[in-house]
Amino acid sequence: MATPADIPVRKRYDFKRPPELDGQSVRHPFVVVGGGPIGLSMALDLAKKGHKVVVLNKMDILADGSKALCFSKRSLDIWDRIGVGEPMTNLGVQWNVGKVFWQDREDPIFQFDLLPVKNQKNPAFINLQQFHAEDFLIQAVEANDLIDLRWNNEVTAIETIENGRRLSVDTPEGTYALDADWVIACDGNRSPLRTMLGLDFEGRVFEDNFLIADVRFKLERPSERWFWFDPPFPGASALMHKQPDGVWRLDFQLGWDIDKAEAMKPENVEPFVKGFLGGDIDFEYEWVSVYTFQCRRMDQFVHDRVIFAGDSAHLVSPFGARGANGGLADIDNLGWKLDLIARGKADQSLLETYEYEAGVTADENILNSTRATDFLTPKNAGAETLRDAVLKLATQFEWARPYVNSGRLSAPVHYPNSTLSIGDADAFDGGVAPGSPCLDAPTDKGWLLSMLGDAFKLLRFVGEGESPAPIGTLSEVVIEISGDNQLAAERYGAKPGSAYLVRPDQYVMARWHDMSTAKLDSALSKVFSSKEIAA
Amino acid sequence: MTTQLNTTIRDTDTADQIFSHLVRLHEGLDADQSASVNAELLILLANHIGQPAVISQAVDLLISSRA
Repeated sequence: MATPADIPVRKRYDFKRPPELDGQSVRHPFVVVGGGPIGLSMALDLAKKGHKVVVLNKMDILADGSKALCFSKRSLDIWDRIGVGEPMTNLGVQWNVGKVFWQDREDPIFQFDLLPVKNQKNPAFINLQQFHAEDFLIQAVEANDLIDLRWNNEVTAIETIENGRRLSVDTPEGTYALDADWVIACDGNRSPLRTMLGLDFEGRVFEDNFLIADVRFKLERPSERWFWFDPPFPGASALMHKQPDGVWRLDFQLGWDIDKAEAMKPENVEPFVKGFLGGDIDFEYEWVSVYTFQCRRMDQFVHDRVIFAGDSAHLVSPFGARGANGGLADIDNLGWKLDLIARGKADQSLLETYEYEAGVTADENILNSTRATDFLTPKNAGAETLRDAVLKLATQFEWARPYVNSGRLSAPVHYPNSTLSIGDADAFDGGVAPGSPCLDAPTDKGWLLSMLGDAFKLLRFVGEGESPAPIGTLSEVVIEISGDNQLAAERYGAKPGSAYLVRPDQYVMARWHDMSTAKLDSALSKVFSSKEIAA
Repeated sequence: MTTQLNTTIRDTDTADQIFSHLVRLHEGLDADQSASVNAELLILLANHIGQPAVISQAVDLLISSRA
């Protein structure tokens, strides 16, 4: 399909005639449908593990405009793992602190630090326009020989074939059939694949409208997230974020009963921006849009050989930056499982753990997003009275501050109850529990997360000067507890002899103080088919 | 038994859960009805606390915080 005329274009890409149109059909291991940040990251993760991937993008552009902006530390860690993190972090506006203001009080009534554990490689968040993130991802994909990114290729039908799916793909030069072992549906919140398969997408629509103005102006303010309840300028609430390129994002709550087209007219946007800035600051619009939002999810993400990830599978309100970050969590969780299954090292049933873990993640994101939205937009006089009471109490009492909810920002989700999280047999004093993502720490060999990479690893802590023999066949990261490594040992509650079994997505699977090959094999048997463990 | 007003700083998840229950009480009510159920809930929770000294400290805290 041609790109719709109402989508602003930042870059255009060339359609290349796919070999299937000339009768050269091969079976593909992986086809990713959708070329947004989630689909592109999925392709890079699979390619990093040595797999060929076809990515189908129904459009032939990089879209301009205001979309996702805040990328979390966890997302940056994932992008680091697949080799695209650093340009993002370098261009992005890095921030850790959020401040909440109420009415015309100059001082915040509440502030929070989203990176309470310091000395980690990445900041709590970066603000980076989605088009910049996509641009970096496209460059990495196009430089990767294993990935075939096909512009202007639209999936119009899907049918079941033996151990796979056949897609009908429309292009400007005709339609072709594409056979794949696995189809990963990263085709966005209106997911055509979800529709073609007749699958549900249940949830709740929130009755409020928000005006986003991405505006250029000169203002000296720190790189922090600032939020106002009942601000002294127009809007029921407002949010301010600094972006790269001298652009600021202003987000104003408009109320439910409004005319969206009217609200976007320059003469109606201007009072908000001028009210925010004060009368005499010059500004220039980048983008203006009005949005409403919904929280929805599919009942199941795995449909045999078709797996949903990102907005196609779940949708949240933007307060909390849980949309794109939630989608990246999906592909991080899925990539290594598909890799092991495709290489015959794990059974297809391993995908049940994606269903469970990505489901827990989606539910937590929807819950937090719903709570924030309910606090921001009280549904009745009683809810508004309670909300205002919380804000008033928070100006005076620290105990009232946790009740202030301007958005609970995206944080990695823990799944202690996953079948892949093995409960502690040995008592740990703190550290990182099974089902939680590894904490970063500086070590004498660099950042810990960079050393863990993206294969199963045994993270071992040993006494000073010790260099023990490997425990099993897994690759090991050995940290000598001394000098520069004390902080890492502390963060993992480690003593000489402690060991963590780390998944390829850098989540902890199991940990021990008293380690043995038998315990390690028993843990790995949760993932690998028995013949692999024996080998 | 404690006779001190507890002003522990809760984690946000606990706070969010408590707040969402309080909001639930007001579903479908107008402002007058909400004021009335607020008072009812207050008396119910005060009875649950059951310690006049604690209620007294809570009341004094709010009186002294008036601008």
